[in-house]
Amino acid sequence: MRYTDVICSFCGTLCDDIEVVVEDNRIVDVKHACRIGTAKFLSSNELEHRLLKPMVRKNGKLVETSLDEALDRAAGILKSAIKPLLYGWSSTSCEAQSAGIELAEELGGVIDATVTVCHGPSVLAVHDAGYPGCTLGEVKNRADLVIYWGSNPMHGHPRHLSRYSIFPRGYFRERGQSDRELVVVDVRKTDTAKIANRFIKVNYGEDYELISALRKVVNGGELREESVAGVPRKEIIELAEKMMNCQFGVLFFGMGLTQSYGRHRNIDNAICLVRDLNVHTKFVMQPMRGHYNVVGFSEVLGWQAGFPYAVDFGRGFAWYNPGETTANDVLQRGECDAALVIASDPVSHFPRKSVEHLAKIPLVAIDIHPTPTTQIADVVIPSAIAGIEVEGTAYRMDSVPLRLRKIKEPPEGVLSDEEIMRRLLARVRGAESGVQELEVRAR
Amino acid sequence: MKLILKNGFVYDPINGINGERMDICIQDGKIVEDVENGRIIDCSGKLIMPGGVEIHSHIAGGKVNTGRIMRPEDHIKNVFPKTGVTRAANGYSTPSTFLTGYLYSKLGYTCAFTAAMPPLMARHTHEELHDIPMLDKGALTLMGNNWFVMRYLKRGDVELAAAFAAWLLRAAKGYAIKVVNPGGGEAWGWGRDVRSLDDPVPHFDITPREIISGLVKVNEMLSLPHSIHLHANNLGRVGNYVTTLETMELADGAKPARERQTVQLTHVQFHSYGGDSWRTFASEAESIAKAVNSKDNVIVDIGQVVFGDTTTMTADGPMEYYLSSLTGLKWSNRNIELETSPGVTPFIYSKHSPVSSVQWAVGLELALHIKDPFNVLLTTDHPNGAPFFKYPTIIAWLMSAKYREETMKEVHRAAQRNTTLATIDREYDFYEIATVTRAGQAKSLGLEEKGHLGPGADADVAVYDINPEEVDPGRDYRLIEEKFARTSYTIKSGEVLVKDGEIVRVVNGRTLYVDAQVDESLERELMRDLDYYFKRFYSVNLANYPVQEVYLTNPTPIKVETGVR
Repeated sequence: MRYTDVICSFCGTLCDDIEVVVEDNRIVDVKHACRIGTAKFLSSNELEHRLLKPMVRKNGKLVETSLDEALDRAAGILKSAIKPLLYGWSSTSCEAQSAGIELAEELGGVIDATVTVCHGPSVLAVHDAGYPGCTLGEVKNRADLVIYWGSNPMHGHPRHLSRYSIFPRGYFRERGQSDRELVVVDVRKTDTAKIANRFIKVNYGEDYELISALRKVVNGGELREESVAGVPRKEIIELAEKMMNCQFGVLFFGMGLTQSYGRHRNIDNAICLVRDLNVHTKFVMQPMRGHYNVVGFSEVLGWQAGFPYAVDFGRGFAWYNPGETTANDVLQRGECDAALVIASDPVSHFPRKSVEHLAKIPLVAIDIHPTPTTQIADVVIPSAIAGIEVEGTAYRMDSVPLRLRKIKEPPEGVLSDEEIMRRLLARVRGAESGVQELEVRAR
Repeated sequence: MKLILKNGFVYDPINGINGERMDICIQDGKIVEDVENGRIIDCSGKLIMPGGVEIHSHIAGGKVNTGRIMRPEDHIKNVFPKTGVTRAANGYSTPSTFLTGYLYSKLGYTCAFTAAMPPLMARHTHEELHDIPMLDKGALTLMGNNWFVMRYLKRGDVELAAAFAAWLLRAAKGYAIKVVNPGGGEAWGWGRDVRSLDDPVPHFDITPREIISGLVKVNEMLSLPHSIHLHANNLGRVGNYVTTLETMELADGAKPARERQTVQLTHVQFHSYGGDSWRTFASEAESIAKAVNSKDNVIVDIGQVVFGDTTTMTADGPMEYYLSSLTGLKWSNRNIELETSPGVTPFIYSKHSPVSSVQWAVGLELALHIKDPFNVLLTTDHPNGAPFFKYPTIIAWLMSAKYREETMKEVHRAAQRNTTLATIDREYDFYEIATVTRAGQAKSLGLEEKGHLGPGADADVAVYDINPEEVDPGRDYRLIEEKFARTSYTIKSGEVLVKDGEIVRVVNGRTLYVDAQVDESLERELMRDLDYYFKRFYSVNLANYPVQEVYLTNPTPIKVETGVR
């Protein structure tokens, strides 16, 4: 069976032109996807790398069990906690996120996503200054100046350049790459920088200064310094003029800007730069979001609870205070007394102090394959891969929503994240069995 | 479920019922002539109207959510903890989806249309509509800056434009054609705008005048339930009433295919300004009202301003940029490929500001100068003029010259000097209020089963604790304001959702969309073109563009026979 227009559920580029051939419930061919995407599709075949059976910890060891027992244990852990933390969410569908938010609200817990350790600072800057952006098709059709700042799409988002920014022919950019100019600002000469028309090497941790210098030139000021952030005056002025004189410019920025010294202040300043540039020409910006549905989480939480991440439902309503309600802060203060981690691996990626607390408290992990987080969990529930084995919704990095497709059956007995959340919710609410509750909802 | 609403004062303008004391019978979600053994709700001394219908309100979709995410300060206000019935809810000018449903229901509204849905983002709009409980809902679909529309109209191919509009409504699950700053949205792709009906759109060699006339024709060819819903050029600009008057002339370009207008000019308060600078900013509401009074094919909704903090959001990107450069407040923008360019920025309407004060007066002037209330619908263009839950205040202003006078004393004297509001002594009665909040909306939208209480209508009813024989709205305006904010009962599809101002039951409403079919060969020609264009210029594939029905709560397609070939 050949499927066309399949959406790749790996990164925020969310390519929707993938062709996949499935035979006997095995993916045998993947076309158009990048190497990472192809690997994700093919990995769904290799069941030895998957979690297939629910597990609970008995006498210190994870042992296989029935789904009902695992769900009961998980619900028990969450229900008896005073302040559970529900974390992860970026690599699953909006439907699962929505059910998870309902669960967090029911439990009076804290819900946070991986936004907190990637583009969280960008969101904080948006609170300060707004977000002048566009969809990626606008870039493809109009952009004649493309800047990647602190981002290396050649590695992180391999098809970003060819689908949206540099290589494609657009309506007003008929010749594709030769109608555009690529500028890369980074601390080292990345592979993206190697193909750029211009590479600007900024001193590590001095992005803010460089943005400020650019703003000074854009706003008509005189730059007196010989160099700023390691970039000579002449180059700064040239770049600023390039930005002012283009017809449609776009600034893509990555974690090099959000998670280096200055953090949300960097983004705040960059937003102001884009705003300043709009006096002279058309200029937009776009964060290079990582996980395929990290944007979706902020959108769903946004319309349901009013805030983009880190929401504490302990008071019965949504309370948002990054630095207080963010996952790492809740963990490091030892404030949560149980946790549910879904579609994410904080044990590998969080600071040691956070992980230490995570290891101390009862932990429920829901994932498609074993991770260090599932290793230390008390309950492990396997789930199906959204976009391959189950349908769902995901938001591309520019907030364009797409419907993920199902192209093969999940392993036997393995449920979708949404279904697991719904069943947990039913159990937490005290209905006898999740299935019954689901029927009630459907009616 | 059977219900009898007994002995209330009924206001049902579509059926000409003006305050008669009568019973309303309900069976199986519909209004019926008579019902046996129904549960009786005593409505003596109470006022009964059809459920409110919201025709223009930004309640769901990308830019509403951008507003929410950009403004956490808006969500620490107006906070409601979860109850046994309702979800946790918050937000003031950009309420969460749940709160949107709850608040509309408390006001007695049972149906709402979100004002501007970009087709590429339609899935998002429907995801949010899915999470708005208590209401039947639909979405006005943006087409005024669509490349296909502009190309087809430019080459004079109105049939293909109509086929495209029909396809787009089906793909986006939209209800009507929305036009926002025609041409200006595309120009904003280059940081520019169009400032008159004859400014050419860059690279497309078409003018706003041609886009509007073309879409009026398309709409009537398709015989869609609603007319085109037009946000004219030059919103919020000094002296823009000239453009507005010129735009009204375009409504005569086609005969209405149904018993309704051919153009609804929306939030016309923002389009009725005279003067030549902010210093001489003045009202031209009277000229606009005169034009509406003399025309058969144009109706307006007002887009009333109420003082306070709000978030402005519109698909008019250049206008939002202009506004944020005036205020210096934060600004979001999202150009959407081939379609539109929405923007969002916060705004504060201050009683101390001469401009805000005039804006406040202009909306009321329009409502009071336009003679037939079916031609002037009550909106705040939520949240642009004010959040929708300020409707009771506006109703009280319309019903009480004294209240307007009291408010006039508090605001900047420009409202007195530069508008005619102080000279108007007209006061709306309940019949007219029922017209401008539900009957007029239903008629304009072509919703035959809403906005009235005749047999066969949806059993959507609002019961207010007002006794029209005892209350003098001109004097008791505070009471009017209070009682219209909390119904005694809100009944939707025959179910009691609100009792004494509290939510007692949460339900999911229907999602209405238009399913208009055109001739097959025309459709094939269209699909060939779409295929070519999507591959080259969109960033999503054609197959992934249409919204699946699974996103809609109780999907309700409205079949339209078009005969377009």
